[in-house]
Amino acid sequence: MAELKRISIEPVTRVEGHGKVTILLDERNKVHEARLHIVEFRGFERFIQGRPFWEAPVAVQRLCGICPVSHHLAAAKAMDWIVSGNRLTPTAEKMRRLMHYGQTFQSHALHFFHLVSPDLLFGFDADPAIRNVIGVARKYPDLAVQGVMMRKYGQEIIKATAGKKIHGTGAIPGGVNKNLSVQERDAFLKDLEQQLAWARGALKIAKDYTSEHLATLADFGSFDSNHLSIVREDGCMDLYDGKLRAIDKDGNTLFDMVDNARYHEVIAEEVRPWSYMKFPFIRAIGPANGWYRVGPLARINTCTFIDTPEAEAARREFMALTGGKPNNITMAYHWARMIELLHSGEKIRDLLHDPDLQGTDLVVRGPRQGEGVGIIEAPRGTLFHHYRVNENDQITMCNLIVSTTSNNEPMNRAVKKVAMDHISGKPEITEGLLNHVEVAIRAYDPCLSCATHAMGRMPLVVTLRDAEGRVLAERSRG
Amino acid sequence: MGGVLVIGYGNPGRQDDGLGPALAAALEELGLEGVTVDSDYQLTVEDAALVARHDAVVFADAHVSCTAPFEVRRLHPGATDSFSTHHVSPEAVLALARELFGGEPRAFALGIRGYEFDGFGEVLSEAAQANLERALEFLVPRLHNPVTLEEEG
Repeated sequence: MAELKRISIEPVTRVEGHGKVTILLDERNKVHEARLHIVEFRGFERFIQGRPFWEAPVAVQRLCGICPVSHHLAAAKAMDWIVSGNRLTPTAEKMRRLMHYGQTFQSHALHFFHLVSPDLLFGFDADPAIRNVIGVARKYPDLAVQGVMMRKYGQEIIKATAGKKIHGTGAIPGGVNKNLSVQERDAFLKDLEQQLAWARGALKIAKDYTSEHLATLADFGSFDSNHLSIVREDGCMDLYDGKLRAIDKDGNTLFDMVDNARYHEVIAEEVRPWSYMKFPFIRAIGPANGWYRVGPLARINTCTFIDTPEAEAARREFMALTGGKPNNITMAYHWARMIELLHSGEKIRDLLHDPDLQGTDLVVRGPRQGEGVGIIEAPRGTLFHHYRVNENDQITMCNLIVSTTSNNEPMNRAVKKVAMDHISGKPEITEGLLNHVEVAIRAYDPCLSCATHAMGRMPLVVTLRDAEGRVLAERSRG
Repeated sequence: MGGVLVIGYGNPGRQDDGLGPALAAALEELGLEGVTVDSDYQLTVEDAALVARHDAVVFADAHVSCTAPFEVRRLHPGATDSFSTHHVSPEAVLALARELFGGEPRAFALGIRGYEFDGFGEVLSEAAQANLERALEFLVPRLHNPVTLEEEG
């Protein structure tokens, strides 16, 4: 057997949490295999068993320090079924929506300005000493400040709707525990137009970058795929609530208007021996070809329209790039994400002008049920929470499908394609070449956060090994 | 604004990773004059705006390997290419505070030794709890004059 060399990138920099890329080279430096390993902590589904169901919306936030709001809301939506048959008062639903759009706004802004912009502004091969957020702050201080202030604005909305930054309690089974005061509303309205202006600017940067570099970006880590999201019953983009829709690479419908509670009839999950993370797939197609993408790109592809005017105009422009067919360009995730950034800003504006946010009817109770499914479009993609509860109010079963799990297979394909196209056969594997792999992963904005972040962790180690496991070379960052 | 800022960060649902927030909660209860306390899952870019407005900052986090019970080290602004942006290093927060908001406070990292990180649970291990108490005993009397953190650390 020919000798093989193994390169590990552990963990991937500027990706949330903990991940490791392994690239196996043969004796001619040709890529033999390339995989993204994600260390996902699956113990939560067992941990939550036996706990009272009303604790779930708060307890699930322990799962992840990156997107606690998404878990908080998905769990609350599932528990709405347990206590109220999924009915909410207008105030409760709109408070939750405001929390969710605030979360999406800050998450998308942060990802674009501070994770992605170094690659776009300085180039994938640029010196890593400047290709980072500090480099952006020095050369493009206005952009860096915008990123900080947009993140802060979204975080303040989360605090006002969820109650606090850590372990927010705003959403409870059947409703919410607070409304938005007039003073809070007016404070957000005061800064809103500036936030919208910055969102428009970010969308323009992403659109112009993609258009100007289309010749190289179109094939960068790209491949045809299925796409999945929830959409409103009229097909409109809805990040908070809707029914499941999946389309294939050409836009043909695979399933549509599937109730949340029936998700397991259309989605199955597969385990592979080399990864801790599950691989979900569309049941009717099977594991080989039934994998799908979620997140901003998938959502723009699956929705029929967007109900805010500026984001809808941007969506039409985006879809025109591919003649109305689904866009399968991995790097187009950034453009799609910035359309959603503007959409979230528009939604925040609409909600802040809605007097229902100052309503006092916050909670609904209805017939008790034993099972609930909550699905939400988290910033990174579709998030599934499924629970069963016994007559003593204890959770007896929990199943979660997080968006990064759904994007597991696509990210692996992106890694392999970039490795094949950019690393294979090169005599020397430079930092810039390895960053190409990370650029493809970052397009998905994966959340690998189930690792903790204490001091002393998170060095980046690149190890080159031969087929016998011997270390040929090693390099560490940070 | 001036004064001292203490940011305790970590995930309180992941055992000893909650040492930073636990320290922040204890300081909050004391209500020390001239000391602002903040707490979050991780450091993030917007912390730079708050950091820039203070004379001194203490970044308190769990530490996976330092000598027990804790370590203190002086921090300076700097970019590291190992940080992600939802989890920014203290040095990067300081660099952003300087570059974007013109503030350069005297800054320290307080790493409190923890032992259990890989499970779910809101209780600190016994040894981590003891280290937290030692860290508080050290920190509280020095916060009115943060330069002493450097001398003692």
